Amino acid sequence: MSTFAGSLRQPAGGVDGGASSRRLADLIFRAREFGIIAVLIVFVAVTTSVQPRFVNSQNIKFIFSNAVIFALLAMGETLVVVARHIDISVGSVLGLSAYLSAHLFSQVSGMPIVGVFAVGLAIGLGCGAVNGAIVAIARVPSLVVTLATLYIYRALDVIIVGGGMVVASTLPNSFLAIPSSSWSELSSVPYLAMVIAALVAFTAYCLRSFRSGRELYAIGSNPDAALLAGIPTGKRVFTAFVLSGGVAGIAGVLWAATYGTIDSTAGYSYELTVVAAVVVGGVNIFGGSGTVVGAALGALLLATINQALYVLGISSFWDPAIDGFLIVLAISLDHWITVRLTSALRKRSLYHVV
Amino acid sequence: MAGPDLAVSPGQGAVAPVLAVTGASKSFGAVRALEDVSLELYPGEAHGLVGENGAGKSTLVKILAGAHHPDKGTVQVDGKEVVLSGPAAARDAGIAVIYQEPTLFPDLTVAENVFMGRQPLRRGRRIDAKAMHHEVVELLGPLGVQLDPERIARGLSIADQQIVEIAKALSLQAKVIIMDEPTAALSAYEVERLFRVVENLRSRGAAVLFISHRLDEVFVLCQRVTVMRDGRRVLSRPVAGLSADELVRAMVGRDVEERREGGAQRGEVVLKAERVTREGVFTDISFEVASGEIVALAGLVGAGRTEVARAVFGIDRYDAGRVLVEGKALKKGAPGVAMAAGVGLVPEDRRLQGLVMELSIADNVALPSLRRLRRFGMVRRAAENRFASEWVTRLRVRFGRYSDAAAALSGGNQQKVVLAKWLSRQPRVLIVDEPTRGIDVATKSEVHRLLTELAHNGVAVLMISSELPEVLRVADRILVMREGRLVAEFSHDQATEESIVAAATGQLEMAS
Repeated sequence: MSTFAGSLRQPAGGVDGGASSRRLADLIFRAREFGIIAVLIVFVAVTTSVQPRFVNSQNIKFIFSNAVIFALLAMGETLVVVARHIDISVGSVLGLSAYLSAHLFSQVSGMPIVGVFAVGLAIGLGCGAVNGAIVAIARVPSLVVTLATLYIYRALDVIIVGGGMVVASTLPNSFLAIPSSSWSELSSVPYLAMVIAALVAFTAYCLRSFRSGRELYAIGSNPDAALLAGIPTGKRVFTAFVLSGGVAGIAGVLWAATYGTIDSTAGYSYELTVVAAVVVGGVNIFGGSGTVVGAALGALLLATINQALYVLGISSFWDPAIDGFLIVLAISLDHWITVRLTSALRKRSLYHVV
Repeated sequence: MAGPDLAVSPGQGAVAPVLAVTGASKSFGAVRALEDVSLELYPGEAHGLVGENGAGKSTLVKILAGAHHPDKGTVQVDGKEVVLSGPAAARDAGIAVIYQEPTLFPDLTVAENVFMGRQPLRRGRRIDAKAMHHEVVELLGPLGVQLDPERIARGLSIADQQIVEIAKALSLQAKVIIMDEPTAALSAYEVERLFRVVENLRSRGAAVLFISHRLDEVFVLCQRVTVMRDGRRVLSRPVAGLSADELVRAMVGRDVEERREGGAQRGEVVLKAERVTREGVFTDISFEVASGEIVALAGLVGAGRTEVARAVFGIDRYDAGRVLVEGKALKKGAPGVAMAAGVGLVPEDRRLQGLVMELSIADNVALPSLRRLRRFGMVRRAAENRFASEWVTRLRVRFGRYSDAAAALSGGNQQKVVLAKWLSRQPRVLIVDEPTRGIDVATKSEVHRLLTELAHNGVAVLMISSELPEVLRVADRILVMREGRLVAEFSHDQATEESIVAAATGQLEMAS
């Protein structure tokens, strides 16, 4: 047949075109994290030029102690969001874990700190397992499920705490020192921030290097195709929720150590800041792409802005507005990048069409 | 029918079939989609599967893909019976299906798409990214396809997406590769490349089941061909020695139903399309429909017929050309203007587009006419019911009460409500898209009677239909579309099923 016997024309791109398109894609995605760092640097520079006191060890410590909790929560949230789900119960889980774990110190004399962390973790894992089970087995949309448990866990917290609270004087000094202890008095980066950074890096490595990690991205990228590829979708989603809960449980214990005074409002409305950090950090809210490193950096950026407003003497009422602005900016940027990237990749793979 | 014609493909000798479907039947409710179908695929052959829309090809593919379970019959792979309980079972049995538009993970790399869930591992159960990269390069190399394994799948052309699926099938060591209309959305160059890939698959001993509406492709690519019609296998033969004519006749085959007596009086041209073009969807479409005339738009599913109707009615925009009603050009992309000019559209999918299922019968009928039923801005329920009852009675809709939800009606009666909805506006042009799809035979002929009656009363009717007997019976003129272009026009007397199928599949010159 003449149509098919004609001389073959070689595709224009070839291997080189393919490799450069890979570099392009890599660059853009890595640029995403560098972008957050760049914004962070610019922001710090501008704030410092207005108010030189901004870069002192006290402020930096404050930013880090604030950021570690959100970075941790954002890391857990990312596991859920890349799989095209969402967990908005993390603030309530944090509150429940913060009170119940810190309360142990006054109940059990000589309670080891490790034991308290274990209890916080267990509470978080339990709450996460409930979320995950309902989402994975009953197939209820995760937004609805975790909205319900946001209220339920908070109500449990209120019922248990009543009008009471845990005060710092009942907590051991070694526990209260965890968030701020550092290499030396002069060093402004606390140990805890380094530990959390290492944990985030480890999680990022796991998500890249293990099948289960890649499968979370696959589920978020195309749930139907994930089923066809034989991925145990329900199991993976369940695990993501359990981990997100567990992380929130640990964050609760750290919250108790950071603030010392714990009543039933601990972690109230944190879920919004966490989702903000995740989105600002470049995680696609519809799943499939984004990294825990980006999400943690997003949390750091939000914490820095928060502190900068304080130092500049701007009313903290502006804080939510700026967070909101950043979310819109991040999502618009994300959309813009996706559209640009798609058309760039398409052009490169376009063969000569007869 | 030429008996059990199971000639082995040339040069295969007495090789056992790699895939054997025996006596497969499948019904959906009262519809028999597949009846006693058998199919044998031999290693190293490309086997064409052709048939009209609704002949049962898709059902057969879905059974082999593990998506449907046959009511009767068996599937054997390499002589062993397999139960294809799901996609995973089909995959494990060595059957891979390449769909027209593959479903990849857009955010993941080509290599990950090929190996998702089965990535090669190194120490500590970690993914061995290097090994994965090399394996993909080795899979793609012999196929003669240059694709970077590390690029993400987003933005890949459909042809390249199919290649990724084929690479996946190869990595699974699939023995049977089913391609469901793979060339429908491909350019000529891409088709050529796909054919080379199929040759390569054959040389490795895989059996390829190639489904296509383009008969010329079947003749170029395949060694044997199976024709299906009305859920049955009517022919299975080597392609060598078979003429396009014979193939078309086998596809159409059935007795032509009785024809409509005497066409209506053709009046003045009411609807006119002049060189209407929508980039990449349809090109240069010109036609006229006169009052009192039923014009059918025939062609294969996906030829662009519905898209033309939507553009004419103003739902979709078009890039060039114009649409005139009674000599006046319609504004592009404005259904309201088309409605005001007297155009009505009965869409293809009544559940999604034609009816508001939750609303009552009366509400549905009155919906496009609310403007006329209101007084001081309020719609009067009594007027609405009176209005609806008139039309519902004329169309002989069987229902309980006017206040019943449209969802409670049978398919045929729903379709009548949709018709009532538009007829009540007394349109001058009525466009109907697949008016009898999925409704029973009795209601079907009632719908035909209605359309004919409308034409007699001077309405210009444009009917899209994939059912050839319907087209031949109802239409005064038949326009045939293929791949976004008008390729043929037949008068009621000239048209035969063979000539329409030949035009729709691009075999016009051979068949005429």
